[in-house]
Amino acid sequence: MGLATTVLRSRALAALTSPHGVDRYLEQVNPMWAAHEVRARIVDVHREVDVPGHPPVATITLQPTSTWQGHRAGQHVQLGVEVDGARRTTRVFTISSPDSRPGDRFTVTMRANPDGVVSKYLVERARPGTMVHLSQAQGEFVLPDRVPERLLLVSGGSGITPVMSMLRSLQRRTHRGHVTFLHYAQSPEHQIFAEELDEIRRSGHGIDVHLLHPELGDPNLSPAFLERLVPRYRDVATWACGPAPMVEGVQAAYGDSEALRIEYFKPPRTSTGDAGGTVSFERSGQSADNTGASLLEQAEALGLKPEFGCRMGICFSCVSKKTDGTVRNVLTGEESSLPDEDVRICVSAPVGDCSVDL
Amino acid sequence: MKTNNTTLTDEQLETFGEELDAIRQRIIADLGEEDAAYIRKVVKTQRQFEVAGRALMYLPPAWPLAVAALSVSKILDNMEIGHNVMHGQYDWMGDPGLNSRMYEWDNVCPSEQWKNSHNYIHHTYTNILGKDRDIGYGVLRMDEDQKWHPYYLGNPLYAFLLMVFFEWGVAMHDLEVENIVAGKRKVSDNAALHAGIMRKVKRQALKDYLLFPALTGPLFPLTFTGNAIANLVRNVWAFNIIFCGHFPAGVATFSQEECEDESRGHWYYRQLLGSANITGGKLFHVMTGNLSHQIEHHLFPDLPARRYPEIAVEVREICERYGLQYNTGRLGKQLGSVAKKICRMALPDRKVEEKTTAPVAEPVAA
Repeated sequence: MGLATTVLRSRALAALTSPHGVDRYLEQVNPMWAAHEVRARIVDVHREVDVPGHPPVATITLQPTSTWQGHRAGQHVQLGVEVDGARRTTRVFTISSPDSRPGDRFTVTMRANPDGVVSKYLVERARPGTMVHLSQAQGEFVLPDRVPERLLLVSGGSGITPVMSMLRSLQRRTHRGHVTFLHYAQSPEHQIFAEELDEIRRSGHGIDVHLLHPELGDPNLSPAFLERLVPRYRDVATWACGPAPMVEGVQAAYGDSEALRIEYFKPPRTSTGDAGGTVSFERSGQSADNTGASLLEQAEALGLKPEFGCRMGICFSCVSKKTDGTVRNVLTGEESSLPDEDVRICVSAPVGDCSVDL
Repeated sequence: MKTNNTTLTDEQLETFGEELDAIRQRIIADLGEEDAAYIRKVVKTQRQFEVAGRALMYLPPAWPLAVAALSVSKILDNMEIGHNVMHGQYDWMGDPGLNSRMYEWDNVCPSEQWKNSHNYIHHTYTNILGKDRDIGYGVLRMDEDQKWHPYYLGNPLYAFLLMVFFEWGVAMHDLEVENIVAGKRKVSDNAALHAGIMRKVKRQALKDYLLFPALTGPLFPLTFTGNAIANLVRNVWAFNIIFCGHFPAGVATFSQEECEDESRGHWYYRQLLGSANITGGKLFHVMTGNLSHQIEHHLFPDLPARRYPEIAVEVREICERYGLQYNTGRLGKQLGSVAKKICRMALPDRKVEEKTTAPVAEPVAA
């Protein structure tokens, strides 16, 4: 930590700038100056895939403030943009570049979701120079410091970004073991990172790249197929990321093996709350029959517009107070009946009657 | 059965409420870049005044300028920024620095406590006697319906002291000292509040009365005094603007009975008749945090204050159509009216008979 950072983060300066804090003054001088907050300037927007009639995919290169602590391959970051200079909206994106050190540039890769605010803005409208707001890197779906000899990386659709970051990191770390990279996509023309993957395949560094398109006749993911590709795969350290059905398929194939690490690209639908009873949103005075969907979805169905971010339980933007009733965490199945409890409404589904301060 | 003591019929109250709701909807739909740019500009200006104020303390000849700059900084921070941001007027921007849940102001009152006493108690129960603790702040007698007691002979003195120590009065507001004296509240109920106030007081005192003075070395006493004066200027200014908001002659108060189960229309009616505006120029409005548009603020407390002047035009037009009073006047006139009331309330009421026939009479039990 440099002298400037030490001074900027000192208790003395915090006391002098109280109650607003150092960053509220620094940002007035230069948006790239920060003592605690993390922001970044967009330095490049690169179209990865641009098939007419389909949402384009782009890689955004970000120069973070010196407060960025770096990331480990596989982690994600909350990224907030101010569309038209007014409403800041934050979503979670996976980092696609290899491990970064404090202050290092990194990239995020995303498809412009036609209904989305942030991804659409970043892919289609953002220009170099635009400032964005960041969190520190988050997530446990990461490569360990000591990488095992053999690895299997499985991904589906946009779930390719974290494993791509891992693959790139392995290359940079000159990993000498054997890596199998298995990716499922709709069709070859939508393939992100196609050129780079092709180069990796041909370079012969012990990396097997398999790009599969089951809709075009390629084999589906199954224990038998995995066994053929990677013998004794249950003992091979595996990272899998993708939509819920794919991840659940991989989980079934691995049984109780401890070699598997997973990340959902979208939360699973399997364990929702129980329908029945009434859900009440107290501040707005709205209520309806409990459908068993998440509190966020039920609120939106009634026309309410609660704050939300990732919609998958990561970013805590949607935290609201549940005043009464039981909710089930749709990710873990855990139930909770504490009164006046702060819950993430995107991953909390009511079980019976439930009241929320919304 | 609800009691309707208003000059409007229930149907009129309903359409009156709908018209105001429509204004609200229209403004909310229109919020955007200009509102965001405006508040950011005010914040930038406030930060510049603050830095200038702190820096000029090193130049003894510029001391009056330093005090002036710091006073402006504190006034902007507390009024156009702090008060309005903490009302949630800019929550839609999604900026944590301008979010009602996170903003902390340059004032000894912790924002968390102020939001309870102000946003909840005062704005919900505006001018309902026995409910709105901002009527006299538990210290003064500001309404005939507050029972007179010899204690109130000191009304003008208490008001003067409250003005000088306004931020401290605001900080202590939530402690409900008057209810402790009356035996309705225990000192132990305040333990958590005490801790919060002390934390904030320490931080405020540390920077204004120790660190910044110490940083100016031999100029310590001068800087110390300058900072104290800046806080005093803000206190006096804020007190006067705020007292002009609800206490000039003609502002109505309400009984708890007539506000039971009140309709949206009646809520608006009460906010309108329970508030008063001050006329002035653009700069004046900014320096009051647009509380010079107290009426519009009470009708729409969570709309960005910079919108109040444009809303005021429509509100006045609606008032004319419904034959409702729109209380406004120059600062001098409103201040004079408030001062007169403070002094008059110090003495027992002279015309007791008239009181029983006042429009705000107790309703006959249903």
